[in-house]
Amino acid sequence: MIIDLAKFVVAEEGYWLRLEKILERRRADPWAPLPLEEARDLDYLYRRAAADLSRVATFSSEPEMRRRLEQLVARAYAEIHGARGAGTVRLRPWQWFVNVLPQTFRRHWHMAGLVVAITLVGMIFGGVAVAVDPEAKQVIMPFPHLIGDPKERVAKEEATKEDRLAGHRAAFAGHLMTHNTKVTLFALALGMTWGVGTIVLVFYNGIMLGAIAVDYILAGETTFLFGWLLPHGVVEIPAIFVGAQAGFVLARAVLGREDGRPIGQRLRAVADDVATLGAGAALMLVWAGIIESYLSQYHEPAIPYALKIVFGVVEGGLLVLYFGFVGRTKAKKREAVRA
Amino acid sequence: MLEERVDVLRVRTPEGVSFAFLLASPVTRLAAWAIDTGAILAAWSLISAGIALLGLLSADLARGVIAVGYFVFSTGCGIALEWMWNGQTLGKRLLHLRVMDESGLPLRFSQVVVRNLLRAVDVLPVAYLVGGVAAFVSRKSQRLGDVAAATIVVHEPPVAGTDLTGLVLAKYNSLRGQQHIAARLRAKTSPALAHAALQALLRREHFEPAARLELFRELATHFRLLLHLPVELDEGISDEQFLRNVVEVLFGAKSPAPTKQDTVR
Repeated sequence: MIIDLAKFVVAEEGYWLRLEKILERRRADPWAPLPLEEARDLDYLYRRAAADLSRVATFSSEPEMRRRLEQLVARAYAEIHGARGAGTVRLRPWQWFVNVLPQTFRRHWHMAGLVVAITLVGMIFGGVAVAVDPEAKQVIMPFPHLIGDPKERVAKEEATKEDRLAGHRAAFAGHLMTHNTKVTLFALALGMTWGVGTIVLVFYNGIMLGAIAVDYILAGETTFLFGWLLPHGVVEIPAIFVGAQAGFVLARAVLGREDGRPIGQRLRAVADDVATLGAGAALMLVWAGIIESYLSQYHEPAIPYALKIVFGVVEGGLLVLYFGFVGRTKAKKREAVRA
Repeated sequence: MLEERVDVLRVRTPEGVSFAFLLASPVTRLAAWAIDTGAILAAWSLISAGIALLGLLSADLARGVIAVGYFVFSTGCGIALEWMWNGQTLGKRLLHLRVMDESGLPLRFSQVVVRNLLRAVDVLPVAYLVGGVAAFVSRKSQRLGDVAAATIVVHEPPVAGTDLTGLVLAKYNSLRGQQHIAARLRAKTSPALAHAALQALLRREHFEPAARLELFRELATHFRLLLHLPVELDEGISDEQFLRNVVEVLFGAKSPAPTKQDTVR
């Protein structure tokens, strides 16, 4: 029990100020190395402040002192138990792009595989539905201009002399970027519904893709289809996969009770990966939006289909190389160091 | 099944130290969100007016930048402010709310990003219904974004010093200088009881005389039982005077210094 509160405050004030100074220094530069002597001091002062907090905890008329000590102890606790540099972020975009994003993608490749599998099942369903029952197009196709006969559309597009998007290209690209990013982030967020919402969204996306592909292939417009979809689709569709992959990473953390950790810890453990994949998907969709607006919507004779298809194949190849191999050496080195 | 809701989240460290966070209610959070939304719309109307000047160069470019700009600004504003202001946005700052890691550890950037991205689901179907329902049924008042990011929103009311204006203290106090008794009094008195005693004295003029005597008698009796005072410290002192002495010790109020005349007498 504290006999004389005033004496107690005078005696302890120096220690609290020392702790505050160390915490301020850490806040100013959280990445600075902590010398052993200062680390010991921090630990000692934290324990002392914690003990002081316990002693004043029962005092009814000292809320300010109690609040000050609580905040001091909470900050010191966060400093000691948080990771190095916690509470800060080092902006290293290049490092993030060439290491963090591709490595994160590969770390959760099972989830990406699951997204691809669900999409393929959806594509088969959509393709079969349109092949067997052409009326199904009315329900499946996402945009009105896709409901008509593909041959008629191709003839109309190729006969058009004027630039339909003249004066609207940037606005169209902006609309595509925001719309697709919203849908992709929605697929990510739906991971919190135990992954059910993400599955439904990915499956529906697959149905639409399959229906469009089969519709154009059956109409004999395969070249137009690839020339139209490949330039932006090889980035846009994988971007949706990456967003949905992040959704499944979340879903696994929600469902994964077998490792014994509480849900908060499981979700906290995957937060970095979810944010990384979400940001990666958004970045890909910015590129896809530009390509769709400035290239994909232009057909022969303005741009040869072969050129568009080659462009799409090169893009797709680069994307596979990026997610498959970039950042591998550093990851391997790190694993070797760990071993 | 509804989880049992708590108003306070107590964090117990591995060293056995515990500190508490007051959880923000869903209604307060909704108010903070409304302030943020209003501020974002107001700021965007200014920014978009500036962007519209791009239309002098290219109307198409201006429309494109506005289409992407609003999405980036409205999503990024919450992330940037919560990150830079240590878990606060404008609305949260005004209403004394703060986002924190649910274990009391520092908020990581990825947590800020995830909780803001998950608004896409929380906002469904309208006006944050999913998020609101989740917060109401959650034990820690967490919307889905908070669950996903392992964060909580806490209420940090400013600590106001006790207002002792109007409290008339006596020149003499038998408890003054009795440090053991002062320590026992502070240790045994709950904040609610201390507040009740102070308010009883501050509002004495508002009570009927009989009710006032009864109230002071009850409070003084309670404190006497709590303290087990030696008889000489309590002898010949009215209930009201005793209560004033107790409040002076509890709140450390300054009493008027005895004059020389008082001392001689």
